[in-house]
Amino acid sequence: MSEVLVVIDHADGEVKKPTFELLTIARRLGEPSAVFFGSPEQGDAVAEKVKKYGAAKVYVVDDAQIKGYLVAPKAEALQQLAEKTSPAAILLPSTFENKEVAGRLAIKLGSGLITDAVDVADDGTTTQSVFAGNYTVQAKVTHGTPIITVKPNSAAPEEAEGAGTVEAFAATVSDAAKTAQIVATQPRQSTGRPELTEAAIVVSGGRGTGGNFEPVEGFADSLGAAVGASRAAVDSGWMPHAFQVGQTGKTVSPQLYVANGISGAIQHRAGMQTSKTIIAVNKDPEAPIFELVDFGVVGDLHTVLPAATEKVKERKG
Amino acid sequence: MNIVVCVKYVPDATADRKFEDDYTVDRVGVDGLLSELDEYAVEQALQFREKREGEDITVTALTVGPEKAVDAVRKALQMGADSGVHVVDDAIAGSDYLGTSLVLAKAIEKVKADSGADLVLCGMASTDASGSVVPAMLAERLGMPQVTLASVIESQGDQVRIKRDNEGSTEVIGATLPIVLSVTDQSGEARYPSFKGIMAAKKKPLETWSLSDLGLDAEQVGLSVAYTQVEDTTARPPRTAGEIVTDEDGSGAGALVDFLASKKFI
Ligand SMILES: Cc1cc2nc3c(=O)[nH]c(=O)nc-3n(C[C@H](O)[C@H](O)[C@H](O)COP(=O)(O)OP(=O)(O)OC[C@H]3O[C@@H](n4cnc5c(N)ncnc54)[C@H](O)[C@@H]3O)c2cc1C
Ligand SMILES: Nc1ncnc2c1ncn2[C@@H]1O[C@H](COP(=O)(O)O)[C@@H](O)[C@H]1O
Repeated sequence: MSEVLVVIDHADGEVKKPTFELLTIARRLGEPSAVFFGSPEQGDAVAEKVKKYGAAKVYVVDDAQIKGYLVAPKAEALQQLAEKTSPAAILLPSTFENKEVAGRLAIKLGSGLITDAVDVADDGTTTQSVFAGNYTVQAKVTHGTPIITVKPNSAAPEEAEGAGTVEAFAATVSDAAKTAQIVATQPRQSTGRPELTEAAIVVSGGRGTGGNFEPVEGFADSLGAAVGASRAAVDSGWMPHAFQVGQTGKTVSPQLYVANGISGAIQHRAGMQTSKTIIAVNKDPEAPIFELVDFGVVGDLHTVLPAATEKVKERKG
Repeated sequence: MNIVVCVKYVPDATADRKFEDDYTVDRVGVDGLLSELDEYAVEQALQFREKREGEDITVTALTVGPEKAVDAVRKALQMGADSGVHVVDDAIAGSDYLGTSLVLAKAIEKVKADSGADLVLCGMASTDASGSVVPAMLAERLGMPQVTLASVIESQGDQVRIKRDNEGSTEVIGATLPIVLSVTDQSGEARYPSFKGIMAAKKKPLETWSLSDLGLDAEQVGLSVAYTQVEDTTARPPRTAGEIVTDEDGSGAGALVDFLASKKFI
């Protein structure tokens, strides 16, 4: 069976959930080989994690020489790995950085590229959600090695025992790839809440919060949810940009999305329309968000949410 | 110094966007416009020029697209770009990222040969394809450093520094011109064309290039040689109307929580 390269999504060796989803998808196409860009010391621990989801091999690419540069070195390393392994496909978690890596890799390998897939079938046919979630598109790579970036929450991770054999891969990175330098990095403080794109429940607030996110955050915490925001709330400086849901923010596809004081503009919908269940609280019965909802409350979020938070807590005991 | 800003003509996101029978995006039947996200790129190009007063800086707006796509270039000229280039050729229709980035790169090389291209500016994504891959692909093809997704841009001499939000962090990236730079919608609101700008735009140079002007063959681009193929498109079934309650005397919260419980969220 051919190898399928799966790029591991991780934060300093901490493997993130989309990686397990990708490994699950990769098994439909061949035998998954995970690719870890990171410190070799963390390689064994990472291999332990990914082999539980079927990774037969784990290529460890020491990132000491490349992590200070943007995108280009990773594309070179993956090109070399692809030339060595002739994979059936290359899958990457759909982050901005990985999409750029994938774009450069597609040119290097002369391969077709599909971005932001929400599903990949056994025969490599991908599903994408386009035009703000109003259409789904079925597509396939017809030339070269399929390079596919896959969105979080595209598959339920399924365990499967893999050998998880660690193999160091020494990539040669050209000087030309080391031209855009990361001068400084400031990690964002953790909120202690689930990650927005991975969360099962997302509770968001918009301009209707008037800048007071406490009711939104309180309700989110009662449900163990992530907190999101509309661009209006971000532009007003009420929430950091990292919390923005929508076309120019994060795309989320949780089991439940609760929009509070958000009107439902097309650019916001683009980031949440594929959520399984949608709830809105808005004081305007004409707000377009109500066209999307499974359940809606016409009311003031400042009274509805605190009361609902209390009731959720009571039920949970 | 010459700045090339890549602007895409896209179907209006607030209109009913759809596909043609061959599954390509309907770029003719639906009203189009300069992608809002590329307005931010035009704005940053203009600010770059304005901040470096005294230097001889020109801004060229470049688009690849059908006849009507020239509107995207016109809008950029109205905002303040100095000249425009519209690459149009029937053979380009239906190109995927590889084809589009190839045509754009060849066009940028041609501008470069004529008047230089020290800074290639792009939007963060096209509002129709939302790939966010073309800037990186241009950097790959042109052999220039890529500095992408900037929310703040500073430059001095040939040095450029940007700030950007990454997955879990905020980063500062530095590079030396010439570079490919993409900017986000956090980089600052784009200006509206003034009446004077609209009048002045009519006299600005606007060139139309075909594939042969770029030394490309029809066999290198377009739908027939695309590296990916769309097999089907389906309109999302309309969501079935949900239950809407009005919050009277605090009943809304109770109904909401009952709904959550009925769906097993609590
Ligand atoms: C290129 C581009 C990209 C964009 N990208 C994004 C994006 O990524 N994400 C995004 O969200 N937007 C994006 N936008 C902006 C988008 O068009 C809307 O402007 C934005 O989503 C509006 O945010 P909002 O719903 O919070 O505010 P508004 O549209 O002002 O709606 C506020 C709502 O709150 C309700 N309300 C007010 N007070 C209360 C109360 N006390 N209780 C309950 N309800 C109340 C009002 O009835 C109203 O419906 C983008 C726009 C452009 C042009
Ligand atoms: N056909 C095009 N003509 C001009 N610029 C384009 C075109 N396609 C993409 N771009 C540029 O590349 C950026 C990213 O596009 P995309 O990768 O399609 O999301 C856009 O914001 C534009 O600046």
